[in-house]
Amino acid sequence: MKKSVFLGALTVAGVAAGAAAAGTLDDVKARGTLNCGVTTGLVGFAAPDANGEWKGFDVAVCRAVAAAVLGDASAVEFVPTTGKTRFTALASGEIDMLARNTTWTFSRDVDLKFEFVGINYYDGQGFMVPKELGVSSAKDLDGATVCIQTGTTTELNLADFFRANNISYEPVPIETNAEGNQQYLAGACDTYTTDASGLAASRATYENPGDHVILPEIISKEPLGPLVRHGDNEWADVVRWTLNALIAAEELGVTSANVADLSSAAGDNPEVNRLLGTEDTLGEMLGLDADWASKAITAVGNYGEIFEGNIGESTPIGLARGLNAQWTEGGLLYTPPFR
Amino acid sequence: MTTITDPPQGAFRLSMLINDTRYRSYTFQFIALLALISAFAYLGSNLFSNLAAAGLNISYGFLGTPAGYDINQTLVEYNSQSTNARAALVGILNTLLVAFLACVTATVFGVVAGVLRLSNNWLVSKLMSFYVEIFRNIPVLIWIIIIFTIMIAVLPGPRAFRGDEPEASMFLNAIAFTNRGVYIPAPVWGPGSMLVVATFILSVIGVFAYRRYATKLLYDTGRLLPMGWPSLAILFVPTLLIYFVMGMPIGLDYPELKGFNFAGGIKVGGPLIALWFALSIYTGAFIAENVRAGIQAISKGQTEAAGALGLRSGRIMNLVVLPQALRVIIPPLISQYLNITKNSSLAIAVGYADITATLGGITLNQTGRAIECVLLLMLFYLTISLSISAVMNVYNNSVKLKER
Repeated sequence: MKKSVFLGALTVAGVAAGAAAAGTLDDVKARGTLNCGVTTGLVGFAAPDANGEWKGFDVAVCRAVAAAVLGDASAVEFVPTTGKTRFTALASGEIDMLARNTTWTFSRDVDLKFEFVGINYYDGQGFMVPKELGVSSAKDLDGATVCIQTGTTTELNLADFFRANNISYEPVPIETNAEGNQQYLAGACDTYTTDASGLAASRATYENPGDHVILPEIISKEPLGPLVRHGDNEWADVVRWTLNALIAAEELGVTSANVADLSSAAGDNPEVNRLLGTEDTLGEMLGLDADWASKAITAVGNYGEIFEGNIGESTPIGLARGLNAQWTEGGLLYTPPFR
Repeated sequence: MTTITDPPQGAFRLSMLINDTRYRSYTFQFIALLALISAFAYLGSNLFSNLAAAGLNISYGFLGTPAGYDINQTLVEYNSQSTNARAALVGILNTLLVAFLACVTATVFGVVAGVLRLSNNWLVSKLMSFYVEIFRNIPVLIWIIIIFTIMIAVLPGPRAFRGDEPEASMFLNAIAFTNRGVYIPAPVWGPGSMLVVATFILSVIGVFAYRRYATKLLYDTGRLLPMGWPSLAILFVPTLLIYFVMGMPIGLDYPELKGFNFAGGIKVGGPLIALWFALSIYTGAFIAENVRAGIQAISKGQTEAAGALGLRSGRIMNLVVLPQALRVIIPPLISQYLNITKNSSLAIAVGYADITATLGGITLNQTGRAIECVLLLMLFYLTISLSISAVMNVYNNSVKLKER
């Protein structure tokens, strides 16, 4: 592994210079597939289903981008990455974009030279404990053993939280979500901490989800979003506006069911027309077809449909929209206008 | 009368670099060296120019900034506000700890299995060859994970010790085996305890002095002093006397269940145990083969000759076979020790905070300084491996065939 990191680091250097010149958009078009980095498996966000097909909230973003750029939502090569390998994979050019519950932070944006294109899930770090432990607040966790995915922002938040509250804990670093669940269920750690959405997703896969509670404290801001390499602004624009198109589609009432009708001819709503390419030339400005957004929405639905279909209240994961509702409904989702 | 004269010492000519066998090898070595240097220079300049193009630079400033994360096993003072350099030091000490423990136990496993594999007992020798073949032919990472998983699944969690009728209880009311690790009593050093420790150290020196005296007496006069019981007596009697005279100054701090975990005592973490055991049992299988090869390399005539002189079988092994076998065993043993140290970098698989997990894992990730961290890691493993080689080579020189 040491070697792969080193080689990865060397290729970072090698590819970064070349990538800026060549343009990821052209590379993706020439290759005919999109290489998209996802988690190694977090049900609801990105996990292969029984047929081996990747499904989930983050996967949908990859598919939307593939549909917008290549016109084919299945032209995606999914690359599972761990918390540790994800940035090297992106920087080295192994993947074109990363859609993997990645928190937008200052140092990742500025120091690691990545470009976060937006936020597709507003999350916060929480704690899950077995009900029988009788813990009702994260502040009661003095002396607890905590399972934590290594190489994530949660690791730093955890240290900050316990230090700020002057209580002690013992970290158990783990590599993947699957290992975390295994250790937590075996009682090797008292509590498992990661993004609250991830906890809900993990709990849904347990034999008895009712035996575990997610504590009310949310100890951090975790804006999760897709990211690309720094310095390739055309490609960043494509990913950013594909994500925005999904969010705007929900706001404008465009769904996978009515998108075909709405994009067949220009309608009454000029903003819908511009989004779907029946008016103006937004697609051309991005270097894509005029109906790029329409293809993306046809393939995966709008933001609300993606949310409900993968992690919403009707699914076993059962997350409420909360902060992730449209701004018109008291949430934080607010896209810049398509103009 | 000499018939051979020195070859004529002609003046050095440039063409001799190619034509003269005395100089030709230097020429080619020099060319190879130049090629090597230019290859590395090319790679290096490529790296630096590409890093510059990407707007990155090589800087070790991050070592002085707070690490921001906690570590579960620290042999020195450490908290999340300590620097990344301190975190690296914690990792280095953890690596050295597990490497040292695994080297010792692997040697014990290896020597026992290697000797028993030559046993005349069919069952014992077959069992040992089974052990060797199974353990050395499955990758060590798999063993680490298997042992850790079994530990987590089989041993009870601390919760099982709670309540009036707990599902699990402590061994001898002193040692708790949990799936987070083993908790053992810790010694408490009261006033006067240093005197006891000092006595014990003096006793150890005393034992060596006695054995040296006995050997000298044997060589000088042929008188054989008993070794076993006097050694034991010298070792324990004075220490115990002082211990009771001083009023039992050394107590034990027993682990007890407090809150979520056991508190008090010493915790030997589950990851450390899994890694330690997996590395020793895996490398032990290789060492067993080295030991067997070493013993079989000594011709049977040596054993028979020693027997003919009237030595007992234990003494034949200790005085005749093993000293010669060590010459064959030590060199491959050095590389096994190096393997243990390097294989300990698999620690992160079970969440053990070694140098690869702290500096090469979390620090690398949180700072994004991949090249710097990996260079430091390479430097560390190189230094530690060369040090082990150096120490073992000194030992090898002391046991190798002395040509007089």
